[in-house]
Amino acid sequence: MADLYSIEALRLSLADMTAKPLFGAAPHIEILRGLSFTIPRGAVVGIVGGSGSGKSTLGRALVRLLEPSGGAIRFDGTDITHLPEAALRPLRRRFQMIFQDPMSSLNPRHRVATIIAEPLRLHGFDAIPDRVARALDHVGLPAHFASRYPHELSGGQRQRVGIARAIALEPDFILADEIVSGLDVSSQAQVLNLLERLVGDLGLTLAFISHDLSVIRRLCQRTIVLHRGEIVEDRPTADLFADPQAAYTRELLEAIPLPDPAQVWT
Amino acid sequence: MAEAKAIDGRSLVRRRAGLRLWLSASWLGLLCLVALFAPWIAPKDPLAQDLFLGRLPPFWMPGAEPGYLLGTDSLGRDVLSRIVHGARVALAVALIAGTITCLIGATLGLLAGFLRGWVDMIISRMIDIWMAFPPVLFSILLIAVLGPGLVSIIIAIVVIDWTRFARVVRAEAMAQGAMDYVASARVAGRGRPGTMVREILPNVLPTIVVLLTLEMGIAVIVEAILSFVNLSISTDDPTWGGMISEGRTSVHQAWWVLVFPLVTLFLTVLAFSQLGEGLKDRFDPVLR
Repeated sequence: MADLYSIEALRLSLADMTAKPLFGAAPHIEILRGLSFTIPRGAVVGIVGGSGSGKSTLGRALVRLLEPSGGAIRFDGTDITHLPEAALRPLRRRFQMIFQDPMSSLNPRHRVATIIAEPLRLHGFDAIPDRVARALDHVGLPAHFASRYPHELSGGQRQRVGIARAIALEPDFILADEIVSGLDVSSQAQVLNLLERLVGDLGLTLAFISHDLSVIRRLCQRTIVLHRGEIVEDRPTADLFADPQAAYTRELLEAIPLPDPAQVWT
Repeated sequence: MAEAKAIDGRSLVRRRAGLRLWLSASWLGLLCLVALFAPWIAPKDPLAQDLFLGRLPPFWMPGAEPGYLLGTDSLGRDVLSRIVHGARVALAVALIAGTITCLIGATLGLLAGFLRGWVDMIISRMIDIWMAFPPVLFSILLIAVLGPGLVSIIIAIVVIDWTRFARVVRAEAMAQGAMDYVASARVAGRGRPGTMVREILPNVLPTIVVLLTLEMGIAVIVEAILSFVNLSISTDDPTWGGMISEGRTSVHQAWWVLVFPLVTLFLTVLAFSQLGEGLKDRFDPVLR
């Protein structure tokens, strides 16, 4: 199986505006410090880490919302590391993203139909109304939701619209950035079930960013653990849970609340 | 019940806002008709003087003359006819100056707020410098340089008031630009001009509409102020501000010369500001 993504010594630094002197440039903070990994076609890869570990920055670099300052990102053989926006645009259909906060990621003044249809129109798809209907059906939303505005939907339904918008473009790769962390537990379970089913049905390659290892364990075959912008572990999820190598991974694992009826309360 | 169909209580709020929209729109609609058909509506020639009929009181007071509904000023000119003709200048200034100010200010604000960087630097510094001028003095100075006239008033209002739009729209566009739907448009492959027009603009538009109607009210006031200090259009043409200024000198003998144009001015400015709020409440799909 060919690698869809191959990332080599990826570095990314951003200007630290809080430390900017009155005159002159702000100092840069290095957020990603030389990451190398691959994502094979069809894989579901989890990316975990605490807050500030750089997992969202890594995600945004993968879909080129951020430009890396060093290293290389190759997508299906094409080097997209420093590709200018115009050259990137035809490729953009192939890597999509689902955002953490669906209220913010759906334009409040567009109807659901427009939200899903606009990207299709931009990439010159035909039979757009059919595709919108099919995308809504895929994520289990009734067809009449197409004429609703985002504020008329519940949190879980909004996130489904976000998923529908991403899959409608028939991408090769989807990045899901903390997509269940804003939802209640039952919506979380529904969205995860949906994602699991879509990965199987559509043959998607998925990178799933989360701070919650129990969610990762359920969905991902492989897990990358990030800590302070570096990869501390990159192994099959089952191995990782059975025998965590890095001290940081053990910390994260211990943070999962486990049902333990035998616990002695003192 | 009609209420039961609604998802929540939004329809209740919307209905109350309807009255505000209705009242302000009908006042302004009436005023527009009056301004358009002024020569046919006005009972007298607004410029015809008759010193024998000076300072006639309005119709319900003793000594009123039939045909002079709201009385006459000290030169014997009909107050109602002058108000009707004054509506032409007031509305022309409001609509033209308001719209041009809005277009220029909102465009600059949108560009600054969305593109950031050096575009924002230049526009923001311009706003800062502009706002340091005292607006009334600035407009009087401008008119003095340009010479009185309708076009000069419009230019003065546009030149001074574009910052009002630019500032607010810039801040709003900046806040909207940080939302994930903008990043999402980029992931979908939309270019920056397209994102600005299709994604950001619809979210800033309600604010722009409210500002636009406010600005129209302000334009009416600015025109009145300039008329008041005799810097508006030629002194022969009736304007509300000019009438207020003339009425001021004889307010103890003939209060109606001052009060009627003042009330008209007040109602018009109020109607413009309420129109904006009313439109927003009625047509904004996202009631905030």
